[in-house]
Amino acid sequence: MNAEIDEIVTEIIHALGPSLQAPVTITPDTSITRDLGLDSLAVMDFVMVLEDKFDVSIPLERIAEVETVGDLALTIQELRGRA
Amino acid sequence: MTILAKFSPLRENYERLRSFGHDPFSVRFERILSPTEGLLNGRRTILLGTNNYLGLTFDESAIAAGVEALTQQGTGTTGSRIANGSYAGHGDLEKALADFYGRQHCMVFTTGYQANLGMISTLVGKDDILLIDSDSHASIYDAAKMGTAQVVRFRHNDPDDLYKRLRRLSDHPGNKLVVVEGIYSMLGDAAPIKEFAQVKRETGAFLLVDEAHSMGVLGPTGRGQAEADGVEADVDFIVGTFSKSLGAVGGFCVSDLPDFDILRVACRPYMFTASLPPSVIATTLQSLKRLQQEPDLRHRLMGNAERLYKGLMDLGFSVGPQPNPIVSVILPSKEVAIAFWNALLDAGLYLNLALPPATPNSMALLRTSVSAAHTTEQIDQALDLFAQVGQQLGVLPAKEFVQAAAE
Ligand SMILES: Cc1ncc(COP(=O)(O)O)c(C=O)c1O
Repeated sequence: MNAEIDEIVTEIIHALGPSLQAPVTITPDTSITRDLGLDSLAVMDFVMVLEDKFDVSIPLERIAEVETVGDLALTIQELRGRA
Repeated sequence: MTILAKFSPLRENYERLRSFGHDPFSVRFERILSPTEGLLNGRRTILLGTNNYLGLTFDESAIAAGVEALTQQGTGTTGSRIANGSYAGHGDLEKALADFYGRQHCMVFTTGYQANLGMISTLVGKDDILLIDSDSHASIYDAAKMGTAQVVRFRHNDPDDLYKRLRRLSDHPGNKLVVVEGIYSMLGDAAPIKEFAQVKRETGAFLLVDEAHSMGVLGPTGRGQAEADGVEADVDFIVGTFSKSLGAVGGFCVSDLPDFDILRVACRPYMFTASLPPSVIATTLQSLKRLQQEPDLRHRLMGNAERLYKGLMDLGFSVGPQPNPIVSVILPSKEVAIAFWNALLDAGLYLNLALPPATPNSMALLRTSVSAAHTTEQIDQALDLFAQVGQQLGVLPAKEFVQAAAE
């Protein structure tokens, strides 16, 4: 994991805050749906916040491939690099 | 493990919902007496949740047209238009809809759901981008899933948010298609199509408006919210349904895009399903005529909508953002909404219980839809029942309390 990924993960964890039911420890290996209990609508809403935070477009079909917080960070890094 | 095991959480939720009383997903009317009344468990019940905006389901002229088509052309077409061919009525209805909207082209689909599914999934290809409102109807989400385009959501009814997302995509070479609804089906809020049209012009995107709940309802001639906002020229595709103001079943899309008709051999939800039966085509055609000939239906509808909206607001209920024929009461919790819905049904008032995840922002709603066919007495009776149940359940302050406060 490089510094950019760490920074993205930190931002993701920060953005997840409002959608969480209970306080949990989030790591890059945390599964967004299984461990955090976000339904698909909550995931889509949360991704919208990330799009604004990182000023990238994260298409819905890319989200479908994402399982963990780390996967999401990698996706955002890639999409950001492309811009 | 059975193949249905994955639905056990859904089953548990559903069972719990049913344990409160009536099953909101399988209300069974013994008889439908009129556009605004049905017989439920032996009791005359006011129908205030049917999307029957103009009350045309029992229109005599539409019924006569349907019966004649049924007698002369039979019960069904038994196949799709590309395989079995079209009947004269299919073309007549397409022409009538194109004329009504002042457009060159029209395609009729077997349902409104399929019209959205087919149009949206086919218009954008794998190199294109589809932008949808976050509160879009299921048919729009399903179209997004079925298609191959990149899908981006923007914040509900927020043209600035759409603009921002389109700006991020400005280097993307593909076509962009923006999809919005004229009136949103859960809260009855209309889209700011004028502002969306401006974003579309500035960014070179295409715009599709689903007027499912606004056709026959909004606009000087009833064409919907794009007409009401005076920006029809900016709307590339209008989708609509026959299942609401036109009192039947089916869907359509109109457009001025040259070569539109190529979609008839490209759009799978159009091609691979049986076409509408002649009787449905005939009643729809006649109801469309009635919609055009009788603007008074629209005025009565809006009068009823405003009466109900204002009445509920005056009682102290929290309602949607604007008076439209969809009037929703926002309740504090799912449990209250379920109890409220059951009590109203027992008292002879039918409307829709709308719960998350089908609702925006996880709201618990009682959703009503008003008809031009409702009498003032029916609207007032509905308001009385809302007041009674609201007090019983503590959603509204008790009556004595209200009086004391007024003194
Ligand atoms: C906004 C919207 N679009 C499309 C549809 C689909 O229409 P239909 O029920 O006629 O298939 C509906 C209603 O179900 C709707 O509310």
